[in-house]
Amino acid sequence: MKYTTAQHRRAEGRAGSYVWATRSAAIAFLDPDAVAVLDEFTGGRDAEAWMGADEASKERRQSFDALAALGLLEPAEFALPLTPDLPAMPFPLGTLVLNVTNKCNLSCTYCYEYGEDRIATPDSKGPALMSAETARGSVDLLFNNSAGRRNVSLTFFGGETLLNFPVIRETVEYAETRARAEGRRVSFALTTNATLLSEEVITFLTQHHFGVNISIDGPRETHDAHRAFASGKGSHAMIVPKIRALIEANRAAKGRPIGARVTVTAHSQDVRGIHDHLVNELGFDSVGFAPVTSAPGRDYALSGENYWTLLRGFSELADDFVAAAIANRHHAFSNLNDVLRELHHGVNKAHPCGAGLGLLGVSTAGEIGLCHRFVESGRHEVGSLSRGIDEDRRKAFLEAGHISTKVVCHTCFARPLCSGGCYHEAQVRYNDASQPNLHSCEWIRAFMDLGLQSYARIMDENPAFFARYEESA
Amino acid sequence: MSKIIPLNRKAKRIAASFGASFGDAHALAPQDPPLGCTTIFAPGWEVDTDGGTSNLCTPIERDLYDCHHSCYWPAQVPDALTNSPNWSQSCGAPVNDWSQIDLVFP
Repeated sequence: MKYTTAQHRRAEGRAGSYVWATRSAAIAFLDPDAVAVLDEFTGGRDAEAWMGADEASKERRQSFDALAALGLLEPAEFALPLTPDLPAMPFPLGTLVLNVTNKCNLSCTYCYEYGEDRIATPDSKGPALMSAETARGSVDLLFNNSAGRRNVSLTFFGGETLLNFPVIRETVEYAETRARAEGRRVSFALTTNATLLSEEVITFLTQHHFGVNISIDGPRETHDAHRAFASGKGSHAMIVPKIRALIEANRAAKGRPIGARVTVTAHSQDVRGIHDHLVNELGFDSVGFAPVTSAPGRDYALSGENYWTLLRGFSELADDFVAAAIANRHHAFSNLNDVLRELHHGVNKAHPCGAGLGLLGVSTAGEIGLCHRFVESGRHEVGSLSRGIDEDRRKAFLEAGHISTKVVCHTCFARPLCSGGCYHEAQVRYNDASQPNLHSCEWIRAFMDLGLQSYARIMDENPAFFARYEESA
Repeated sequence: MSKIIPLNRKAKRIAASFGASFGDAHALAPQDPPLGCTTIFAPGWEVDTDGGTSNLCTPIERDLYDCHHSCYWPAQVPDALTNSPNWSQSCGAPVNDWSQIDLVFP
């Protein structure tokens, strides 16, 4: 049978190549002899003829079998299926995101919730605050639709989440009671702009082991350029002491890592400087960068050149990360940490994220959306608390967004981790959530390369580092 | 001999299910199959010991005989190891002689 070299990506190590097989997402170390075998099949050749019948054929067969099992050699006629193959539906929920408010006390200029890129329609906009009843109904939705999962999680989102703190507190108590009654575990997370972190709130968050993500863009000047009150006054000076208080209380309580979530715009390009400010001056445990979601042409939108500047910054941070990993030290750069974890697990995504699959969002009015970014958009509604999950719409969405339908992705090595990218980003760019995000392909591929090269460098020097990813799911 | 080492979790799973030698670094030698029908797949239900169907469990007493003969399963049949070594002697071919097999009264 004719076999050919299957799609893969390599990073060179000291004694050979680290090879990431696209189809299986397996990563293997290949010495130069094994790499030579892989290359001999470029363009395709008959496998039996190549193995031959002489004395060395047994060893050749072993190499061939191993490479084929890893998905690095494949039958020449192999092609990815073009029809979606969904897991058994309804897929059990793992996480529910509650938009407890769509109000915000800041007026960040780039916000997709309020700016020109908002996808929610004005007539679908629900009440400003989610009621305690709707929040309890959401908890019930999560518990009733997560059969077989012992651990579930609730994420609170906004607007500014803490504007509805009373409902968050009540909901957490309700969820914990229900979890205890069922012998299950529920964990909580929240994203906030930190303006409302009072002592009471901080005590509550640490007591209930919240995973807290804080939206902060870096040093004062960078942060205040977009993250301002309606008056135009920046929020940095106000939030810094509150963040320090939270981090200190969380450390004392040995809580979960506190993360900074940085929105990168055309005006904030020094990611290493931002990272160092957030980690060294404020004490964040992890820092993640996300390019601003924007239709093209906005003043803050990242241009092609901005994206490459961002990648250079990521590359500098990756150097720091690798040096830390080799010395068995923690580094806060979470974009790379996440990619390394997924690479090490061999994650292979048929959908870019869990939206609609293990994760759904609930609006303040109790409408169910694909994720928190899609609630109140009408078009992407997949049920409501009163009617339950609309399984037909959910399934139709998951079929449309499945990797099998994104044919352009079928020749891309970044496919196992990217799978076409964020649905909401695609909605804003192309007015179609199921489209692959073609505007960022080159960048994603470059970042995945950076991830694989970092993986190789750490494997070369300190393979024991990866034990930390063995325990996490 | 080329060297191929599975590194990430996915690659290790593939190597484990692959079983035989996986490059020289991960030679997983095939092991002797364990004895007893609780640890290996015992033919007799889906296919017979020759991989065919002619000696399948028709009549159903073939099942009893198989249990007695190939593994010790005292709850269902007399054990051939200690107490009833000759229990099945009268039954050369179960399809024909199954009615010769008698009960054992301890």
